[in-house]
Amino acid sequence: MTRARPILMRIAQVIPVVVGVVIISFILTRALPGDPAAYFAGDAADEASIAEVRAKLGLDEPLPIQFLYYVGDLLRGDLGQSLTTGQSVAADLAQRLPASLELTLCALILSCGFAIPLGVLAATRPGSWVDHLCRVLVTAGVSMPTFFTGVVLVYVFYYLAGIAPSPLGRLDFIYLEPERVTGFFLIDSLLAGDFETFFAACRQLILPALTLALFTLAPIARMTRAAMLQSLSSDFIRTARAAGLRRRKVLFGYAFRNAMLPVVTTLGMVFSFTLGANVLVEKVFAWPGIGSYAVEALVASDYAAVQGFVLAMALLFVVLNLVIDLTYTAIDPRIGFGSR
Amino acid sequence: MLSIKDLAVSFRTRRGTVDAVKGISLEVASGETLGIVGESGSGKSVTSYALMRILDAGGTIKAGEVTYGGVDLRRASEREMGDIRGREISMIFQNPRAALNPIRKVGHQIADVLRRHSRATAGDAKAKVVEAMEAVMIRDAEARYHAYPFELSGGMCQRIVCAIALACDPRLLIADEPTTGLDITTQKAVMDLVTSLIRARNMSAIVITHDLGLAAQYCDRIAVMKDGQIVETGRSVDVFTAPTHDYTRRLVDATPREGASIRSLLPAEARTPEPPHKRSTRPLLEVRDLVKTFAGKSGPVHAVKGVSFTVNEGQTVGLVGESGCGKSTTSSMIVRLLDPTSGEIRFAGEDLAKIPLQKFARDPRRAQIQMVFQDATDSLNPRHTARASIEEPLKRLTNGNGAARRARVEELAELTGLPGHLLDRFPHQLSGGQKARVGIARAIAVNPRLLILDEPTAALDVSIQAVVLNLLADLRARLGMSYLFVSHDLHVVRLLCDHVVVMRGGEIVEQGAAADVMGAPSHDYTRSLLEAAPNPPSRKTAA
Repeated sequence: MTRARPILMRIAQVIPVVVGVVIISFILTRALPGDPAAYFAGDAADEASIAEVRAKLGLDEPLPIQFLYYVGDLLRGDLGQSLTTGQSVAADLAQRLPASLELTLCALILSCGFAIPLGVLAATRPGSWVDHLCRVLVTAGVSMPTFFTGVVLVYVFYYLAGIAPSPLGRLDFIYLEPERVTGFFLIDSLLAGDFETFFAACRQLILPALTLALFTLAPIARMTRAAMLQSLSSDFIRTARAAGLRRRKVLFGYAFRNAMLPVVTTLGMVFSFTLGANVLVEKVFAWPGIGSYAVEALVASDYAAVQGFVLAMALLFVVLNLVIDLTYTAIDPRIGFGSR
Repeated sequence: MLSIKDLAVSFRTRRGTVDAVKGISLEVASGETLGIVGESGSGKSVTSYALMRILDAGGTIKAGEVTYGGVDLRRASEREMGDIRGREISMIFQNPRAALNPIRKVGHQIADVLRRHSRATAGDAKAKVVEAMEAVMIRDAEARYHAYPFELSGGMCQRIVCAIALACDPRLLIADEPTTGLDITTQKAVMDLVTSLIRARNMSAIVITHDLGLAAQYCDRIAVMKDGQIVETGRSVDVFTAPTHDYTRRLVDATPREGASIRSLLPAEARTPEPPHKRSTRPLLEVRDLVKTFAGKSGPVHAVKGVSFTVNEGQTVGLVGESGCGKSTTSSMIVRLLDPTSGEIRFAGEDLAKIPLQKFARDPRRAQIQMVFQDATDSLNPRHTARASIEEPLKRLTNGNGAARRARVEELAELTGLPGHLLDRFPHQLSGGQKARVGIARAIAVNPRLLILDEPTAALDVSIQAVVLNLLADLRARLGMSYLFVSHDLHVVRLLCDHVVVMRGGEIVEQGAAADVMGAPSHDYTRSLLEAAPNPPSRKTAA
């Protein structure tokens, strides 16, 4: 395969990025104000006991040595202890990251399922009522802050209509968490064959996912519309039309595939900012996600947790970008990473 | 077979409706090839899109009738049109690479058409596609089936476009500027192929082109369009040798051809005697063994493999060749936008190649070599007025004050025939010819001794090209500049140049006095270039 090589090359390019992320997350934590030794030693500690704790934690060593310790711990999968939860940061992240990912992914799938057809429709009829509706809808979606949309949805569907469950976390308390395989409740419950839990998890998920989806509608729909308009005005579309190809074929086989590239780019960006910014939604719906975890840790000066969060997010984005780049190669045969 | 009656097409734009086609009538008989010629904006392409009903959004057929084989195309349903397009009437387009879906294998694109018109099934599509590709003389069709457009040459892409158009044996083929953007020899190969297929299948055809030579050579009848109207129709021999309409006459005159002089391109009333330009035998620019090698993905690319030639003071030297022959690389090295790999560029006795290009921008000799670029639109900053563009080199390379610069800009506008009130306009408010004038004024602002002209008229209509070429001829006589004229158009080179250098594959195959090289070429390649260039018949001036 001639295309396997550039893909391997692209994966190899991830390595220096990961190294850089580790170094920066280490230095950033050292640069934060506050002295972990004083924190660990407690309020009643005097100078001597703080120094003792510092020596015990290895904080009296020079920075490069500390870095080596840190990397050594990392390699063993040890991200340190969280002070607020009392658990290891790795365990906390493993618990909470899937919750956030599940929410964000579902929101994006929902959003794409609506925004992309809407964008395509608007592009095929520019200036029509569909186009205007699209514009109004996405502007409204992005103008309202997520916590507000969230609260409104809870008010309407839980308080007034009573069809949504109480907005308290990932699963109502009468259900047991499914056996943990991926950490995604939807997938785990299906794997366990427990449809009741699956639907319960769905019901919990739908409102927060909808809230996020409304917010992410705008960039995806707008970009789809713009990319489709550009693609539809290309010369090759005229060739396809002149050859008598059916409208569906021209629209989806020719125009849409060419419009995919900018849409995928936007999707990647939207995914990144949603994952970082859904802390408000997590708060409104008491969702035990990584965003609220990080904010709580930061407020409590829980540096190991913050460091773990930064590292996890950075790695996630590296993986995300890799996935997007690989998607490009799948869509567009012209892209070869070797040429750079 | 096809009849168009009083067709009118208009476009809705932000500034109101624009009538692109204003009531034209045409007939195409069975087995006939009709040429529609005209300059840009004459509505010739819009006419063909209208009859195929593939106008861009905003375009509507306002009036008229289009009948094809008894079917009223204007009233046919979209479904009926879909069956007609590609099977009865099909089109080939200009700029073949853009006309193909960039991310779909060419074989699949041909298969799409075949399957749409039920000429193939999923099972036998591939065999049928290979057959269609072989019909347009694509060698090794099996392997090319899996190629993407970016992996093929321009000529090969145009063959694929032809294969798509001809796959379902249409009765009428519309070729919209089929050779624009192709090299002259490829152009000939494609046109010969298309016409032989048209003849073999006894099809009718409409060839839309701005190239009178092409139309004269390949069409039975010609319709001349101007501003959305047909000004003249007739047998192609008659239209060109004895045009009845004034516009056709001007168009025929403006087309560079064998035996024409530069002044004869202009309308009769504007023909003043051509001023002679002084040529000395003192060399101004001497290029010796110039080599440029780029580091490519798969090994080094030898763009220029050791070329040597001389431009004397006052002389105009033409650098001719097809795309990829290294002529642009050579001119970029001379104007010092690129560092040569080896070789000398002696300018007025001093070797410029020794100065690294980062330093050359500050070199006093920078002002003495200037360049006029190919695309007048793209080479002007869209946010600068004409005045600012012309003033730019004065600011950087001379030390006059503001008032002196302003005076100089006015003088340059006068010199290049740019009306003074246009100086404060932005590029998008200027016409193609006016932008070309701005580009020339900018280049001569600092009194260069050598002007490098990189296809300065390639993007212009013939009538504007005629004016620009004459402007260049006047300027060299008045200012005593030397020109290095880079072009692929042999007829233009013949008009303007004293000396011609023919390049191929990074090497010079032949050089000599223009009359000798053009009149009695010694190299086969020059001969094939000359043969490939369509030669428009000249008008009988006796009448």
